[in-house]
Amino acid sequence: MRSQAMFFQRRAGEALADARLRRNLDGLRDKFVGMRARAVANYEKDFEELRDAGAAIRDRVLKDLDVWLELFEEKATARGATVLWARDGREICGHVVAIARRHGVKKVAKSKSMLSEEAQLNVALAAAGIEPVETDLGEYILQISGNEPPSHILAPAAHKNLDEVADLFADKHGKPRKTEIPALTREAREVLREHFLTAGMGISGGNFLIAETGSVALVTNEGNGRMVTTLPKVHVVVTGIEKIVPTLEDFATLMRLLPRSATGQDISNYVSVCTGTRGADDADGPEHTYFVLVDNGRAGLVGSEFQEMLRCIRCGACMNHCPVYQTVGGHAYGWVYPGPMGSVLTSLYTGIENALDLPHAATLCNQCGVVCPVRIPLAELQRKLREKQSERGLRPWPERAALAAWAWLAQRPALYALATKLGVRYLNRLAGGADRIRALGLAPGWTAGRDFPAPQGRTFKELYKTRQERKA
Amino acid sequence: MRVALFVTCLVDLMRPSVGFAALRLLEAAGCEVVVPDAQTCCGQPAFNSGERRAAVALAKKTIAEFEGFDHVVAPSGSCADQIRSAYPGLFADEPDWRRRAEALAARTWELTQFLADVLKVDAVPGDFAGSVTYHDSCSGLRSLGIKAQPRRLLGTLPGLTLKEMPEAEACCGFGGTFAVKFGDISAAIAEKKCINAQAAQADAVVGGDLGCLMNIEGKLRRMGDETTRVLHVAEVLAGTNGKLD
Repeated sequence: MRSQAMFFQRRAGEALADARLRRNLDGLRDKFVGMRARAVANYEKDFEELRDAGAAIRDRVLKDLDVWLELFEEKATARGATVLWARDGREICGHVVAIARRHGVKKVAKSKSMLSEEAQLNVALAAAGIEPVETDLGEYILQISGNEPPSHILAPAAHKNLDEVADLFADKHGKPRKTEIPALTREAREVLREHFLTAGMGISGGNFLIAETGSVALVTNEGNGRMVTTLPKVHVVVTGIEKIVPTLEDFATLMRLLPRSATGQDISNYVSVCTGTRGADDADGPEHTYFVLVDNGRAGLVGSEFQEMLRCIRCGACMNHCPVYQTVGGHAYGWVYPGPMGSVLTSLYTGIENALDLPHAATLCNQCGVVCPVRIPLAELQRKLREKQSERGLRPWPERAALAAWAWLAQRPALYALATKLGVRYLNRLAGGADRIRALGLAPGWTAGRDFPAPQGRTFKELYKTRQERKA
Repeated sequence: MRVALFVTCLVDLMRPSVGFAALRLLEAAGCEVVVPDAQTCCGQPAFNSGERRAAVALAKKTIAEFEGFDHVVAPSGSCADQIRSAYPGLFADEPDWRRRAEALAARTWELTQFLADVLKVDAVPGDFAGSVTYHDSCSGLRSLGIKAQPRRLLGTLPGLTLKEMPEAEACCGFGGTFAVKFGDISAAIAEKKCINAQAAQADAVVGGDLGCLMNIEGKLRRMGDETTRVLHVAEVLAGTNGKLD
């Protein structure tokens, strides 16, 4: 997906002006935040210890990522799967199209894979004459809505409400308009079932890759993942190299964290662990299994000061709890991943210089860091990205000049005292005797949407000095 | 006990009454309070903007000015957290400075944390008749664990009723330079905070960080709310209630 992250300000402004989107986002926030809080409160053991354990598992993998990947390749190959490596989006598309051609595939059924969004896989498939059909309900809605990009990693169509989906279905399916959610999902199921049965190949993402067994684990609520991985003759898993965990036991630990953090469920409706190809005794399963394991910027983070980002298990809790995401939604962020994890990943995977606003579009409130199931210090990583921007001279010069002037002054107490004394008088003149300033030329961003309380009249230092002199 | 008051640059400039209230509270608790007169800013705006060199320079200046005291107290969770959590990390390559930063970090406190946890104060000079709702500021809450302390201290005032607002722990949208760079998003977040604060139907919104309070007050006034007062917790506890005494 081509990043639009450099247009964050404009897109956020559009989102702010969209009353329906704001209402949808409020509903989404209340639901996700409330559900997680209940699940964490009801967890029978200490959730904080579980977070420690989750982070430790992820760190153990990242320390020796190459070793675990080699083990995975060996185990997966032994079970009849083919493991392929992709450096970037183009190589992902190349592998997937080649596999489809090899097996004479005309139609592909996809369950959700954010990596296929990174690679714009659907565009490549269509260009090769292969029809991709999204079967995750949210992704399906976006696909028939003119290939809209997702706005949330778990609920891709979270920006749409029931009415919008009802209109869309009536328009695209040519059937009477339904208004109840069960009727709408039934209609989608009828349409998708036909695709499941006729697709020559299934493409899924992977929530985890399990090294000791060479398996992929899929965590879904709709069951489409199970259809995609069992009905077509060919199953292709497209996922990132960092998704690996050493053992099934580690997977079980992370599964205690993931659904609770994501949707507030003790466990998701479906958990599938797929290993190899269909065996002689298996009732179903693909005849051919491929893993496309993708770098696309990940390997470069190993051993860097941003390595902690690779712990991410894609639960979405950071965006659900982010005041900025809650206010502007996912599309403003401009690429595949929104919210705090998206700000970091977009910067690191598409280039710091191509996402200048994102690390700054955060209050650093650290609510994301507090809910992250694997303790990624998301606020600190965003701050570090700000440092990288500054080191590379990527910030606008007026901002740099203002900060430099202020820092220079703050190191010279006498001058600083004088400057603040004058500054306070200037602000008071602007207030004109009122207790507030309604338009501040120096910071129009502040006063466009709120007043700026006027200062009390003198600086603390001035007043304190007078007071001490009076005492003496 | 010699305590240095770190006034903070925002209080110095915008609302000295918070500094004097803090001074009064510390003195009432029996501390010998010193206000180092060369103090300016802890450097957090530079640190959070990615200007590491400026942040290091201001950290060194602050460490040198404040390390000679038994304790350092700031009427701000955000500034106290900068010293406590960020300073040591600024000196990875300067072991001497790192030691000094760690020593200062261990003795630096946010005001209500110091009064409640270190001094174990159970009476304050304040006098407030009415109800307040408390906004938990992000750094104080999530980094320093300040939640019970201000409420406990406010609870010692006989005329004061504490009414909790919905989502007291949600960010107000201030975020330092974020409030200026992304003013429209910041103001929209502030609006939610103000609606929640108003839902508490309290006479005043009280908090421990002036940046958040200016954001909340500015938004309340722009929303046409002329009656809900916005006060720093030090002002309420000291009994100055927003006035320069």
